[in-house]
This record gives sequence, structure tokens and C-alpha cells, in this order.
Amino acid sequence: MTTDTATPPAATPPGAGQTAGAASSKSKRKRVPYLLLLPGGIWLIMFYVIPMIQLAGVSLQEGSFQTGYRFTWAWGNYSAAFTAFGGHFIRSILYAGTATLLALLIGYPLAYAIAFRGGRYRNLLLILVLMPFLTPFLLRTLAWKVILADSGWVVGVLQSIGIIAENGRLLATGWAGVAGITYNFLAFMTLPIYVSLEKIDPSLIEAAQDLYSNSRTAFRKVTLPLSRPGIVAGTLLTLIPASGDFVNAQLLGNPQQLMIGNVIDSRFLRIVDYPTAAALSFTLMVAILLIVIPYVRAVGTEDLVA
Amino acid sequence: MKRFLDFARHHLITVYMVGALAYLFVPVVVVMLFSFNDNRGRFNFTWRGFTLKHWANAFEVPNLFDSLVKSFQIAFLSALVATILGTLIALALVRYRFKGRSTTNFLLFLPMATPEVVLGSSLLALFLTLSIPTGFGTIVVAHILFNISYVVVTVKARLSGFDRHLEEAAMDLYANEWTTFVKVTLPMILPGVFAAFMLGFALSFDDFIITNFNSGGTVTFPLYIWGAARVGVPPQVNVFGTAIFVITVSIMLLTVTLQRRSDANVA
Repeated sequence: MTTDTATPPAATPPGAGQTAGAASSKSKRKRVPYLLLLPGGIWLIMFYVIPMIQLAGVSLQEGSFQTGYRFTWAWGNYSAAFTAFGGHFIRSILYAGTATLLALLIGYPLAYAIAFRGGRYRNLLLILVLMPFLTPFLLRTLAWKVILADSGWVVGVLQSIGIIAENGRLLATGWAGVAGITYNFLAFMTLPIYVSLEKIDPSLIEAAQDLYSNSRTAFRKVTLPLSRPGIVAGTLLTLIPASGDFVNAQLLGNPQQLMIGNVIDSRFLRIVDYPTAAALSFTLMVAILLIVIPYVRAVGTEDLVA
Repeated sequence: MKRFLDFARHHLITVYMVGALAYLFVPVVVVMLFSFNDNRGRFNFTWRGFTLKHWANAFEVPNLFDSLVKSFQIAFLSALVATILGTLIALALVRYRFKGRSTTNFLLFLPMATPEVVLGSSLLALFLTLSIPTGFGTIVVAHILFNISYVVVTVKARLSGFDRHLEEAAMDLYANEWTTFVKVTLPMILPGVFAAFMLGFALSFDDFIITNFNSGGTVTFPLYIWGAARVGVPPQVNVFGTAIFVITVSIMLLTVTLQRRSDANVA
């Protein structure tokens, strides 16, 4: 995602070549990285790893909120959750997938335009891409409610040119939810693609144009493959938050067609059915990891984190 | 003909870029515009004419300003702690070779690969099991967690870009590791550390989903908006949203201009 080449520096740290106090300082030096990692590492283990185990534990509990929940290896929670909310899961994947595809279709040309046509205004243009995200997320989403409203001009125009029916609407439909997700995560798609496009040596494209003498083929054979790391990173950075989002579905989407995030949110916080909520949440995590880990294997964590 | 096609294509993508940027700004303009809307009733969804009254009585909506202050405190605290913890990790990853490196990388990557509902609900599961009451403290704990990875990424990018020979020179001359760190390394990575802090601050300030799970009775700015959305968001929320936007954009532009000027002076 950034320009880190990820080669760890030379094995000899500064001063290691000097002989003064060799043995004791050497073993001290070995400890230094672990000491640096310790506080942050403890935080990650205490508040990421342990909560995940806890979540899995809660998902296998039985009981009710009144009588209390007890751990019983209640695998039935998973099948019950799936029977009840499988549709929400499939819808979430569908909505998040569609939104990610739309964000790619909008974001790629935008990143391309900034990288290759931005000239000396590149940085300014990048700031412009990020700037809308300085207004609070929920306010931006609520603004779409105004824009897509039944009496708004967007609906009016679409009705008059026949894209939506005479009495059709946008707000409170699945498409409005998808549109909201697409908009809210567009920067996550655009920035990584820009980073990988910007690294491409223009002379490579010129050479390709000389050889293929067709800029479309040059794009397909050179630019597109070289920007693949950006596409992968952008897709993940959009798909992951989109799959768990419940804000867009709640504020813009159809209240009868909510996403899995909405179910997890309401089961945990309003219905206080912790085991079902935890089972759904843990399943979502496993599903995401099943999608992400092949990518990580292919690209390496070093490049994804750095 | 070919030249004409090239010309059209060249401008087509520029026109597209302007269109895409305009699309990104549409909701921002709506947020700003509706802070001046002379709305009737509780809802602020249709334009009824221009007024300045919401700006004049921005502080009169109960609890709204308190929620902003809460968000500010949480963002400052969590960004500060996450910046310290994350910078230490970044130093270890870039400066040293050690066993467990790839495990560390994977552990840092995981929170970024976790949907916010899962992160929020897993923390709630922990707090429920340990009977820790949720509130201000648990929000800060959660925000530090999701900020650490972003801090590491940001600081690492800066660290791996600079010349190690400067550190070696300092060690050759007189300095022990600590002095070298304070006098050479830290000043050089400071812009990256500062950027990481700002990023963490922004992520924390705007977070809704994770906060929603771990807030207890504490109401942050996003939680205030979420609660108000059901009964009608007061236009004063748009006033503060607009003010936040204008202030942060001004700071950003000022920093860029100052940097340009100091760069120009050096050159």
C-alpha cells in the first residue's frame, strides 16, 4: 500500500561492528526489538486475540438473558443462526460485492486520471479525493437521504427519462444502500490504486505503445497488470468494511432487506441474544478470513501491512 | 483522425476526473447547505429558505456540544497512546531482525482485516464476560486497538525511507543508542509520527460502529447523530459538521503552503 520495499535493514544494527563491550551489549541488543514490541503487542493480544476467543466462547453458550448464559458447546447456535439469518448473509455478500465492483469502476479511472493527467496538481487532486471524508461519516450518509429523497430532483430526472418507474423511488431500496456503501468507501479503493499506478515508469508504457502501437493493448498488457497490487489492496479495503457495515443499510436501504451487520448490532445491543449475535459475528470473521488469506498468501503480509 | 481520437480521450478522462470529484463533494455541499436551512418541524430534509439562526444558537441544543467534547477527548487520548505504541512497533520492525517478525506483521494486519462489527462485538463480548461496565474508558481502549495498525503502517513508511548512515554516524561519534534515538532518529521520523497521530485522531473522531458497541451511556458526536437520526437531526449538527470541515481543510491547506514555502527557502 505504500512504497516500503520491505527488506529488513542489514543484519548489523548501528554500532554492532564496534567491539567495545561486545558480549553483554550483543545480548542486550537482541532484547531491544522485543522490548519495543511489548506494550503494543500486549494491547493487541489483550484487546484483539482474547476478545476473538471470547466471541467464539459466547457463540457456544446457552441460556437466556434473564437466567444468564452458560458455556455448553452449543453448536446448535450456528445452525439456528443460519436458518434464521442466512438470507442476510447472502444479501450482505451481494451488496458488499456490488458496491466494491462499483467503487472499482468509479475509482480506477479516477486514480488513473490523477496519476497520468494530474501533472503538478497530483497532490492537490489527492487531497481533494480525501477532503469529503473530513465531514463526519454519518452526516455524509444522511446527506444522501436528502439527495435521493422521493421529492428530490435526482428521482425526478430518473423518472422523466424512464430509468425508474413513474411512482418509483430510490430511497429505502437496496440500491440506495449499495450506493451509500460505494460512496463511503470510494477513497479506500482509489488511493491504493493511485499508489500502484504512480509507481509505474512512464517509459514502460511508451515502450509498450511503440511495440503494440495501440494504446488500448498497451493499457491491457502493461498498465493494468502493474496496477494489480493496488486493485487487490483497494478491493480488500472496500470489501471488508462494506461486508460488516450496517449504517448505510439502516439509513438508506430497504428496512425489510437489512444486512448481517444490522442483525449483529440489534441482536447484541437491543435483543440481548448474545450467543446468536456472537455466532453471526464469528462466522462473518471466518468468511472474511477465507477471502483474505489467499490474497495474503499471494501478496505477503509485509506488503499488505506496509 | 488518430490525433483527434487521442485528443478526445485525453480530455474525456479529465472531464471524468472533474465529474468524479464533483460526485465526491455533493454530500459535503448538502451538509453545509442544510446548516442554513430554515427548516420546519423536527426534520431537516427539504429546503425551506436561508437562515443564520442555527449558526447563532449552535450551542443551545442540549448534549450536542458535550458529545463533541467527548469525541475530542477520546480521539486525543486514543491517538496519543496508539501513536506511542505503534511507533515503538514500527521501530522494531524496520530497525531489527528478530524471530516472530512475520507473526507480528500478521497480528498487525488482522485488526485491519476485521469488519468493524466483529471488532466491536468481540470487545463487547470480552467486557461482558469480565463484567467491565462499558463507557468512556472502554471506548478509548477500543480506539487505541484499531489505531495501532494504522500508526505502524504510517510510521514504517517514513522510517524505511530515510538514511541509516546518519544514525551510524552519530553512534560513531559519541552517542549511545538512546542519545542517537532522541537526537537523530526521532527528529527525522517526527513528521511521520505526527501524520500517524492525525490519522488516528481522525479515525477515532469519526468512528461509529465500534464505539456503538462499547459506549455504555457515553455519547460521542457520531453516537449523537445516530440517536438523533431517528427523531430528526437538528440543523446545529450540520453547523458543527460544516465548522469541522472548514477548520480541518484550512489547517491542511495552511500546512501544505507552509511546507511549500519552507521547501522553497531550502532550495
